Amino acid sequence: MKVSMTVNGKGVERDVEPRMLLVHFLREELDMTGTKIGCDTSQCGACTVHLDGKALKSCTMLAVQADGADITTIEGLANGDLHVMQESFWENHGLQCGYCTPGMIMSTTALVQDNPNMSEGEIRHQLEGNLCRCTGYHNIVKAVQQASEKMGGGD
Amino acid sequence: MSTRMFGSGIKRREDPRLITGKAKYTDDIKLPGTLHMAVVRSPHAHANIKGIDTSAAEAMPGVVAVYTGEAMNLPIPTGALIPDCNLITPEHPSLAKEKVRYVGDGVAIVLAENRYQAQDAADVVKVDYEVLGAIINPEDATKDGAPQLFDDVPNNVAFRWLMGGAENQEASNKVFEAADVVVKERIVQQRLQPTTMEPRAALAQWNAATEEMTLWVTTQNPHIHRVLLSGIIGVPEHKLRIIAPEVGGGFGAKIDLYPDEALACWASLQTGRPVKWTETRSENYVAMTHGRDHVEYVELAATKDGKVTGIRSTVYAGMGAYLTTFGAGIPTILHALIYCGVYAFENAFADVIGAFTSATPVEAYRGAGRPEATFLVERLMDKMANALDMDPTELRRKNLIPKFEDGYAAPTGVTYDSGDYEPALDKVLEMAGYSDFRKEQEEARKNGKYLGIGVTTYTEICGLGPSEVNGAIGFQAGGWESSIIRMSPTGKAQVLIGVSPHGQGGATSFAQIFSDGTGIPMDDIEVVHGDTNTTPMGWGTYGSRNAAVGGAALAGAITKFKDKAKVMAAHMLEAAVEDIEYEDGQLYVKGSPDNAKAIQEIVLMSHLGWDMPAGAEPSFEVSNFYNPPNFVYPFGAHIAIVEIDAETGTVELKRYLAVDDCGHQINPMIVAGQIHGGLAQGIGQALCEGSIYDDNGQLLTGSMMDYAVPRADMFPNFELDHTVTPSPHQPLGIKGVGETGTIASTPTVYNAVMDALKPLSVESVDMPLTPYRVWEAIQNASNGGSA
Repeated sequence: MKVSMTVNGKGVERDVEPRMLLVHFLREELDMTGTKIGCDTSQCGACTVHLDGKALKSCTMLAVQADGADITTIEGLANGDLHVMQESFWENHGLQCGYCTPGMIMSTTALVQDNPNMSEGEIRHQLEGNLCRCTGYHNIVKAVQQASEKMGGGD
Repeated sequence: MSTRMFGSGIKRREDPRLITGKAKYTDDIKLPGTLHMAVVRSPHAHANIKGIDTSAAEAMPGVVAVYTGEAMNLPIPTGALIPDCNLITPEHPSLAKEKVRYVGDGVAIVLAENRYQAQDAADVVKVDYEVLGAIINPEDATKDGAPQLFDDVPNNVAFRWLMGGAENQEASNKVFEAADVVVKERIVQQRLQPTTMEPRAALAQWNAATEEMTLWVTTQNPHIHRVLLSGIIGVPEHKLRIIAPEVGGGFGAKIDLYPDEALACWASLQTGRPVKWTETRSENYVAMTHGRDHVEYVELAATKDGKVTGIRSTVYAGMGAYLTTFGAGIPTILHALIYCGVYAFENAFADVIGAFTSATPVEAYRGAGRPEATFLVERLMDKMANALDMDPTELRRKNLIPKFEDGYAAPTGVTYDSGDYEPALDKVLEMAGYSDFRKEQEEARKNGKYLGIGVTTYTEICGLGPSEVNGAIGFQAGGWESSIIRMSPTGKAQVLIGVSPHGQGGATSFAQIFSDGTGIPMDDIEVVHGDTNTTPMGWGTYGSRNAAVGGAALAGAITKFKDKAKVMAAHMLEAAVEDIEYEDGQLYVKGSPDNAKAIQEIVLMSHLGWDMPAGAEPSFEVSNFYNPPNFVYPFGAHIAIVEIDAETGTVELKRYLAVDDCGHQINPMIVAGQIHGGLAQGIGQALCEGSIYDDNGQLLTGSMMDYAVPRADMFPNFELDHTVTPSPHQPLGIKGVGETGTIASTPTVYNAVMDALKPLSVESVDMPLTPYRVWEAIQNASNGGSA
């Protein structure tokens, strides 16, 4: 089936099997391997991207369902240097092995945009869709708090 | 030592590529013409293979080949040949031939043009199984009448190991006979699924022209992979290149050379094309090694005034279906040798029975043996405190080994390097406000609120280890590490290391050590690891050895580096070598710092070789191979505070405090990160994680929907502090810290829960302490033991 969408501001068109997952489309067809796969049951969140501005686990959608959509992946998040959330993860040691990180950053970026004034408890609760095995979440929470403060100014 | 870089919590240099999605993990690497491999896995825990029909699979679109075990001979070796315990090591074929022994055991592989096609074809490989009985519990596996996994392993007993032999057992008996008080416990160290966020993957490329094999693989130890793989697939080591690219977590489960990895290489040899294998999470949960899995009967002996005299155990340790690389070494050496913890016990004894079970093989999982040991010691200390009606912290304090700076010989036969346990305990008690908490707890109990506190002290054995010891305990590997410093003419440094960090931030911390030691700026240093063609032989990253052993190897290389530079500087400054000072990257004659040569100039002149001192080699490269004289023994004291909702059994972790001592810290930010992650994994074991098998040997926790990986909202903000007791033998005073959090936190949280439940007369609940289990225990206790 023919599918076309905008990925990180660029129009793409491919002929794919109807069953192809969006995450495989990004990784295999477009060779954009920043988006990761950590499970097969939509728990881990490593594959989170933005679809029309909303965070979405790209393993939960077929590529053909994303026809016409506007997708942003970790590779396209920053407008220039680094996004505030990327900087905050770096500064606060919010990552170790880095495998959950692209999904974490995509997920929390959308989260903070929608909820700029979350408490620590709310951030922890909101992170339930993204799993990390290295950091104990401690510094991820700190990173989100810091980014949240910086993004509060209408970033 | 200068404190410029060493000791500084600088941001990691690994991170820019990781936070932008540019980093390449194994599955991200693409080679033209790659075939995708899918493994057909057994759906049965234990069955005879009567026949395999691959014809339908071969006819599927895109399929290039289908192979069964008959086509190959690729046995996977074990690496822990523990002596004096009648260890039996049955063959572990990469693909089962006659019999499958766990759900997930491979029986065939399919090679196809893409991964969807490979999986489609794997689904139609028909295997005719004759299903046999399954056995999952390691204690039950040793009983008469249990299903037998191997013909030549009676009662599934892989080994029986008595710590210190019969003589020590007798000594232990005497200590227990003389005791005023003995407390006992049955502990189930449940199976855990390591859950590296990156599942396993391998990409093998055979180059027929050069007869070289390259394998990109999710490993913690590429050099061990090269040794083992060479023997299995018959490609000699000098023609075999193993690359650990970005690796997404290991926790012990990426130590082993797995059948799937050998199969990918073998398949590339057969087809002449690159072969990629990437597992799914469901596959990962059955086929990547698991951790823990003990059933333990443990006892502690003491005098009536609270002097603890002895500890002993009978441990049934599940090995799973086959012996893994470290399998037999974990419940023996890495477990029982730390039975005394930080306490001056007279005797420790363990009787460890390793049992084959029809379940996923068991391997190191963060802490590997030491969390189990610390749990049983600390659980028993709390029980003893209860039995003696003592405060648990006072019982601990009374039994602490007094401060020592250079060696304490424990009755287990190991010599702790340094320890100063009481300050850590005092500090954490103060941070928690212990005595105030006890008052608050008492008040709360009056109001029907169940608060509990757990206090744990621990030490552990890590930084593996002296190679002679490895030899003596049957570990088929050296314990030393390596470092090469390679300077380019323009003064830039490559630091090539034998360890293989995969999340620990080694590229940053090793650069800090090197910059600090040589005065070469951080930006001029590249730390290279994870490629057997570019790095010196080393034994990998596990057992908290990265900085403890690898860092020591680099420290030695820096000494050689400076010595070499001084020789050249003496020549250039026309002075005696003994008179040369090396400071902040400048070399000068004592007393004349104004007339200095920069290290970069010395390196350049050494490369040019126009005017070398007599006998000196041109160029500028040094190497160092470091065999540690002892292990390192980090220690600390942790506290957990919990509240239990008696109506639902829900445990809320309200505070977690940790005071750890890993000697000098290279990068405190990274150290704290290691502790945070370790805590989460240890708390996960206490509260939510655990593999569940049914009676047929089916893994019911086979996906992330069913296996409870801890989430962010389970944890409070961790409160950390530290003391500093340098290791006397590690050149930088470093002790390992990668596993301490996991080792200490499980008993800390468990004891806190038991403390909270004390007024309800609950004495023991098997982990994980899920709401249902806690609620059930409360019901049982309040009904006088009958729910």
